[in-house]
Amino acid sequence: MTDARVAGVGLTRFGSHADRAGRDLFATAAERAFEDAGVPREDVEELNYGNFMGALAEHQGHQAPLMAEAAGVRCPATRYESACASAGVAVREAVRTVAAGDADVVLAGGMERMTNLPTAEVTEGLAMAADDLFEVRSGVTFPGAYALMATAYFEAYGGERRDLAHVASKNHANALPNEYAQYRREVSVDEAMDAPPVAEPLHLYDACPITDGASALVVVSAEYAAEHDVDAPVAVAGTGQGTDRMALGDREHLARTPAADDAAEAAYAAAGVGPDDVDVAEVHDCFTIAEVLATESLGLFEVGEGVSAAREGITTADGDLPVNLSGGLKAKGHPVGATGGSQIAELTRLLRGDHPNSEHVPDAEVGVAHNAGGTVASAVVHVLEVAE
Amino acid sequence: MSDDGAGDDGDAGSDGGDADGTGPTPTPVSDAGYDEWLDALAAGEGYALVCPDGHGSLPPRRICPDCGSDALSREPLAETGRVETFSVVHVPSPRFADDAPYVTAVVDLGPVRATGVLRGVEPEGDAVEVGLSVTAGVEERATDGEPLVAFRPDDGE
Ligand SMILES: [Zn+2]
Repeated sequence: MTDARVAGVGLTRFGSHADRAGRDLFATAAERAFEDAGVPREDVEELNYGNFMGALAEHQGHQAPLMAEAAGVRCPATRYESACASAGVAVREAVRTVAAGDADVVLAGGMERMTNLPTAEVTEGLAMAADDLFEVRSGVTFPGAYALMATAYFEAYGGERRDLAHVASKNHANALPNEYAQYRREVSVDEAMDAPPVAEPLHLYDACPITDGASALVVVSAEYAAEHDVDAPVAVAGTGQGTDRMALGDREHLARTPAADDAAEAAYAAAGVGPDDVDVAEVHDCFTIAEVLATESLGLFEVGEGVSAAREGITTADGDLPVNLSGGLKAKGHPVGATGGSQIAELTRLLRGDHPNSEHVPDAEVGVAHNAGGTVASAVVHVLEVAE
Repeated sequence: MSDDGAGDDGDAGSDGGDADGTGPTPTPVSDAGYDEWLDALAAGEGYALVCPDGHGSLPPRRICPDCGSDALSREPLAETGRVETFSVVHVPSPRFADDAPYVTAVVDLGPVRATGVLRGVEPEGDAVEVGLSVTAGVEERATDGEPLVAFRPDDGE
């Protein structure tokens, strides 16, 4: 198996770009990725592009050729859709393609445009990631689905709203120095506690914002990097994906995410590492409870113990195992189809030492990224390692 | 299960054309299997599709999603169910605009769980608890009158 490396990463600022077309956002991310990689566009052999609700937001299907044009690449281009894990699966396929020796250079990432829609339409659009017949028609919203998981978690393992408020406060603090983050503003635990309810027990600061943005990565083979003198010190050492029943109610347990367990197991096995080796993690905290479920699925905490990790200072920037140093989806923002790529971009910078929060993990060698779709009916996990 | 014969591809018939010639009209979406299930639930005859190993699922199904068995039979839902988890939704989707705040709940109904709106309780976090015994039926969405899986606290009658 060939070694896949992240040669370059590019992001737009996450936030409101209400007047910018999706193709323009992705073009910016791709341009930055090429600049960061020092790889010429003409060497790109495939484009793997993630997007979730472009048909709704921009009346635009068939986005991959459009994004190939925007990025200035001429090669097979495919759109990947896996709800909020769309870019995660796009990156995973890029890694697999390079690792299999089918290509030396793949451009991967994603884009989502959301703020041009009224909030009600975004709510409706995001709910499309749930089972329409048996969940959406029964009143399940995206926050509502995670609220169902939070209630089930508290019931099974304990924990309370204040634990989740600590997750929100931590991630907002982490976003402060991140120039790409949507909310660079501190939120205190009390402020999070006092915010209005969205879907109880989740309140406003338990939820990620509505975000426009794009991410792009240049993934290359180690051989290509060596031959072309490309500096690509971070390897994607393992990738894994899992699938679960679509509707939350059909899952064996309402407060666990076995699709992510499966993805993590496969990614760790491929990388030859385990949870104890992880120095830093970027996980899918679309809601605060989701960070808890993610860290448990990744094996970073025992089932039922992840909820207090932020409150106890374990996952804070100066803790033993910083989680979401980027600010997470929570504060950095969640342009749905771009998120999985942005997590790998952030983790790459954290491991390379050129992230504004790298100072908190100066000796980090192993990072893990966790990207989830829907209520984790889809999950993708990547293990990144400093290779040289 | 439906009595579909070999070779049936599930074609429900109408293609939704404007038969009366007055121009295009929105065609109500129908979902064979699901619609029938909802009608049965409304009539107090809700069912699940159950395989020989006892895995329950909801229609339309051709195989058991747990084990792949195609020997699915209809089994009645339990008369009362248990609330396994719930949320009080304050920010609804447009189709539930006039319903909010409302309680959404996942309820264990024997062979399967179902998700629906819990009515007959105050839509407040303190007013509901996991373990509450409920009955299942079909009621109208306040926003537009569309049918909806609804639960009510079991009054023991
Ligand atoms: Zn079965």
